[in-house]
Order: sequence, then structure tokens, then C-alpha cells
Amino acid sequence: MDILDKHAALAVRHEELLRLGVDPFAVRLDKVLSPTLAEVRGRETILLGTNNYLGLTFDPACVAAAAEAARTHGTGTTGSRIANGTYALHRELEEAFARFLDRRSCIVFTTGYQANLGMLVGLAGPRDVILLDSDSHASIYDGCRLSGATVVRFRHNDPEDLDRRLARLEGKGECKLIVVEGLYSMLGDVAPIREFVEVKKRHGAWLFVDEAHSFGVFGEHGRGVAEAQGVDREVDFVAGTFSKSLGAVGGFGASDHPGFDRLRFCSRPYMFTASPSPSTMASTRVALERIASDAELRRRLWDNAHRLHRGLSAIGLSLCAPASPVVAVRLADEGSAVAAWNRLLESGIYVNLALPPGTPGGLCLLRCSVSAAHTPAQIDEACARFARVAEELDLHATA
Amino acid sequence: MTTGDHVFEQVCRLLDKYNPERRPLRAETDLGADLNIDSVAAMDLIMEIEDHFDVDVPINLVADLRTVGDLVELVRHQLEDRSN
Repeated sequence: MDILDKHAALAVRHEELLRLGVDPFAVRLDKVLSPTLAEVRGRETILLGTNNYLGLTFDPACVAAAAEAARTHGTGTTGSRIANGTYALHRELEEAFARFLDRRSCIVFTTGYQANLGMLVGLAGPRDVILLDSDSHASIYDGCRLSGATVVRFRHNDPEDLDRRLARLEGKGECKLIVVEGLYSMLGDVAPIREFVEVKKRHGAWLFVDEAHSFGVFGEHGRGVAEAQGVDREVDFVAGTFSKSLGAVGGFGASDHPGFDRLRFCSRPYMFTASPSPSTMASTRVALERIASDAELRRRLWDNAHRLHRGLSAIGLSLCAPASPVVAVRLADEGSAVAAWNRLLESGIYVNLALPPGTPGGLCLLRCSVSAAHTPAQIDEACARFARVAEELDLHATA
Repeated sequence: MTTGDHVFEQVCRLLDKYNPERRPLRAETDLGADLNIDSVAAMDLIMEIEDHFDVDVPINLVADLRTVGDLVELVRHQLEDRSN
């Protein structure tokens, strides 16, 4: 038997997608022109699916800091922090995050995926119980599995269901860790963290919030959804990524727990991987300062989010959640979604095609993400092209 | 496992919506091959089972499920665990 035969069914499905048009999982951006524009298949394309929420990938100060750090400190760290040393840049960035989040301690990780893995592995062990929201990101599922904890799912964004499960689990496990996200990346819906805080207090559990898609986007200071709901002090552990609003690659975890730094010696996703590069550290630090000092970025982002949400609603498309920087359009089936995605790309609009099993509830989605760097004209143009595709494919009737 | 088994019958009722062709369900019925229940559908099914029987089924235990009989055994185990 061929060792890759186990993936044969997926391969067949992929081939079917290829017969319908461009490979949605391998779109090549031939030249990235700005945070919102790229050349794709010879055509200038509006990027509406990059998670570049604040548009900082081309921020001149971030780019200059990255270039200077590469010149001064080299292109890579060539090893892990526990074996090969910590750069001053790592510590300075961790201190900057701790100040920004008003937390006692912060640890940076090499990717956002590893931040969730590293946090969950460090926090939970085989004698603990993790309760996770059923719509959690794959990195959370993988971190839970790697931790060895008993893992129980609760219904998405449902504090009552969590409460019921915690009551059933009374007396089981040494510690209970609740894991939720701030903004869910597929549908763009927000977690009721305030209610989750009440439940965790009632049951003496710990609360972990992944603010990957909400950091820099929600809250007075941009700390995330927990801050926006006035409960960030009640969250025990927070994680996030550099690869969305911060415009780089990496991740962080932070806490006020006095023992939090023990994760550096017991979390394998932190210990056994190369540390983030100097240029990443440098650009992220400047991006963090920008988020801290420029609330206008968030205002522009939200203006654009509302503009896109209004525009797509006006076309008659079915949207999955109230306005947020993630706007997901629900299509009737996989065929409609794939056809619409291809027509949009041909017309110069790049969005994300999201299909089961990667979506909640088996939904077929055209997932858009908005940037502060989009101009109102770009958002309007994107809506106009959506309207043409919707008309052509009769998406109103099927949505 | 007999068809008169209380847990078996209730699990079969919960499997109804995954069985539009109304195949006769037996302990050896394969959840994936016979009922087309993939890993994501299995997670949803588990939630329905948890609500129906008022038990928690850790997802650590779901990966080993292959047949209706495995599922029934798992539910029975969780029910016993709850009452202990």
C-alpha cells in the first residue's frame, strides 16, 4: 500500500476543485504591491483576504526597523532560546508586550500556531481538563491534544453549555482550563467573554483567550475583545499572533500568574524550535508602538469593516455575523462557493474560499478580511464586483 | 449487544439523521464507511450524544470510534463513570 493512500479521498476532492478553476489553496501572488493590492495571474487584484487588519506590512517605520535589525543582528537566530541564547531583541519585545497588555509577563513564540501550542502544553497536563469552544482554531485543538489533558468541547459561544459541562465535571481533573477566542476567524463572530468570566469564577476554572484576530482591533487600547468587554483583568492567560494586525510572523502569550515564565522550561513548542528572527522582533516592536499610539488605524479599520458589511448586505448576500474585520459570505453549497470564488478572482478580487471540514457547521464561505489600508473606493469597487458575480451566478437566490 | 439494549436503541435514534437510506443499524455498522460520518460530523454527533445522555465525552476518546458498537460502549462507559 502506498503510504499516502490515506489521503486519497482528499486528493480526489482537490482534483475536483482544480477542474472548476484556480487552485484555491495555492493562489500565487506574483507581486505584492501594497497591503491591499497584488498582481495575481497578470491582473492587479484587490486583496480582501489577508488578515492584514491594520495594513502595517508596508509601514515604512516597520520595514526600516526590520531591515536595520537584519543588517545589525543578522538574518536569523539559528536556534532555540534555551540552547542557543536569547537576543536582547526578544526580551525587549516581551517587555513591550507586557507593558502594552498591562501584564506581569509575556513570552514570544515563533509563530501564532506555536503560541497556542506552547501555551496549552505549558498550562495543561494529563491530569487536567480543558474545555474548549467547539469552533476553536486548529492550533487550539492541536495544543489540547499535545497537552495530554482530557478535552471536552462546549457549544460555540454558549456560556450556559459551558456552565452545564463544568457542573458535570465537578470533582474531575486537577485543574480546569477554559479556552476561547476573542474574534472567530471563519464567521467573524465575537465571544461573550464577560459571560465566560462569570462561569469560570463560579467553577474555579482558569480562562485562556486567544486574541489572534482581535488584538489591535478591539478595545480602547487594542488589547482585544476581553478589553472591549471590560474583563481583560479577569482573563488568566492571553495569546495572540504577530501575523495579523502586527504584520509579521510570530506569536505571544501573556499572564499575571507569577509562575508563568516556567513555560520557558516545560513547553516544547517554545523550547525546541528556532526563535523569531531579528527582523521579526524589530518590525513587531515598531508595529506594537504604532498600535499603542495611533487609534486612528483602528477607526479606519472599523469604518472599512462597516462599509464592506453594508455593501455586501445591500447586494442581498447572506452574511454570517454583525460587522467586524472578518466578513463571511454564506453560500448555498460548495459548487456555488467555488464558482463565485473563481469569478471574483478573475475579476480582480481575492477573498478566502472556506469549505467543510474547515468551517463551522459545514458552511461554504467566501471569507473577506478588511484592512485599515483599504481605501473606501477599494471597498466600494469590491462590493460592485461582488454584485456582478452575484448577479451572474444568481447567488441571491441560493444564499 | 442486543437490539433490546436501551443505550443501543437510543444511540440508533440519534444516528437516524446520518442514515437517510435507513440501513439497518447493527453493532458492527461502520460509522465512516456505512454512514459517511466524517471526523467533523462525528464531533457534532458526540455533542448530541452528550446532551441526550447528560454525559461528557472527551474528544480524546472519539478518535478510536469505528462502529456503532464502539459508540454504544463509549456511552455506556461514560454513564457508568458519571454514576460512580
